[in-house]
Amino acid sequence: MIDQPLKLRETIAYGLIGLGLFLGIWTLLSVSGWIPRQFLPAPLDVITRFVALLTTPFAGATLPQHLLSSFQRYLCGMLLAAIVGIPLGLLMGRFRLLDDILSPIFEGLRFIAPIAWVPFAALWFGTGIGGPVMIIFAGAFPPCLINSYRGARFVDPHLVEASQMLGTGHLRAIVEVLLPASVPSIVAGLRVAAGLGWQSLVGAELIVAASGVGFMMVQAQANVSTPTVMAGMIAIGIAGMLIDVLLRHGEAMIRRRRGL
Amino acid sequence: MGSIRFDKVNKVFGTGKAGLNALEDIDLEIGEKEFVAIVGPSGCGKTTCLRIVAGFERPTSGAVSVNGKPVGSPGPDRAVVFQHFALFPWKSVRENIDLGLRNKRLAKAKRDALIADALKLMNLESHADAFPHQLSGGMQQRVAIARAYVLDPEVLLMDEPFGALDAQTRVTMQEELVRLTRVNPRTVLFITHSVEEAVYLADRVAVMTRRPGRIKEMIDVKTIRNAERWNTIQRIEDVMDLESFIHLRTHIWKSLREEKPEDRH
Repeated sequence: MIDQPLKLRETIAYGLIGLGLFLGIWTLLSVSGWIPRQFLPAPLDVITRFVALLTTPFAGATLPQHLLSSFQRYLCGMLLAAIVGIPLGLLMGRFRLLDDILSPIFEGLRFIAPIAWVPFAALWFGTGIGGPVMIIFAGAFPPCLINSYRGARFVDPHLVEASQMLGTGHLRAIVEVLLPASVPSIVAGLRVAAGLGWQSLVGAELIVAASGVGFMMVQAQANVSTPTVMAGMIAIGIAGMLIDVLLRHGEAMIRRRRGL
Repeated sequence: MGSIRFDKVNKVFGTGKAGLNALEDIDLEIGEKEFVAIVGPSGCGKTTCLRIVAGFERPTSGAVSVNGKPVGSPGPDRAVVFQHFALFPWKSVRENIDLGLRNKRLAKAKRDALIADALKLMNLESHADAFPHQLSGGMQQRVAIARAYVLDPEVLLMDEPFGALDAQTRVTMQEELVRLTRVNPRTVLFITHSVEEAVYLADRVAVMTRRPGRIKEMIDVKTIRNAERWNTIQRIEDVMDLESFIHLRTHIWKSLREEKPEDRH
């Protein structure tokens, strides 16, 4: 239950008030000296550092370059998770035998945090692109699989019957009936996967990468440059938000097309 | 073309004491190009009869055959029109009708010609590229009927096809269906709980009992329809005003009323 929706202008105003309060308390805490500057850099220091990082290299690259190499890994991992997870989920939703065989393994594996794969990821795939990609995969794969599974499992039974009655073969039924019927659920899963994948990526880079935003933050920590760490965190937050906004638009577009 | 035969069909849902006797000893023969409607109280198993012919359910005992061949898995020889249309929302009207034809591996030119015919038959020409959600309920059901008809099925199975439509649309669709089956006769198994609809459309009406569903009575409408020349009357309300119609309808009503209402303790 939530209160009545507000006007757009009010929503923005309240959002700005919240942000202002947050920044105000933060400034107060660090400038007043209650918390030492090395522990909590002031907002102005962070912003200055953020702007500087846009052009000045740190840990071998500028912030946009770090972001770019993070994005490359991220896209690889997400793509892999979607390519493996969505078809597998659809098949598990369609064929009970496959569901019975794979579900117990999957149910066990999905509670292992993506970061827990770091040692093996580094051992098997190294610290270049392979290791981090595997960790992103570990984060993004479960929601891809679960949501396409649910989509296929709970597809309107009348549509399945209609496709059988029309003499539709297995492959065509999966591609033309099960998959499109599951699209809303799959896209919702991709949104969750995108969030988890992005979180796993940065975690992975903190440990097993030689570039990327996470790597930049570890290097900054080693140099006790707390503003750089903060700047990295802000970049991660903004990039994550942008990814979500993009996917939300995609989702809304699909729903509009379907008349939902 | 198709005939349908039910031979001592029993259907029990579930097992043991929890088992639910849905159908009991159904014997029914539907001849070639005959239109048979089943009426009965809700939950009497009339839809189950249709679903067995379609291949969605298997009888617990007994056999159902179409054209003398026992019924197997669902297929385009037994086209179904569902109560809630069951159109694919992501496919246009044309694509919905096309799917069954593509499954038959027909050439594109042949399919296009068949689709054009079906669209014309159902007055859907101007909506070929619309998506189901852009159409009214009546229009959607026209698409579903076109999708079934275009397959040139041996039998047409209609499961309360007009049950989800408003009263006026329903009447129009009933008139359309009469026109359609006159132009292009089919073997039809039609499920409905509307007595008027059954009498207006069917050659014979089967009245079913409450659970466990049995066929209580078969009523021959065709003889009376031909004798009283219902077919020469255009409008459904004029047919429904005829004494012969009212007599048949009342007879079936009484037969249904004898079925005690379900216990609701």
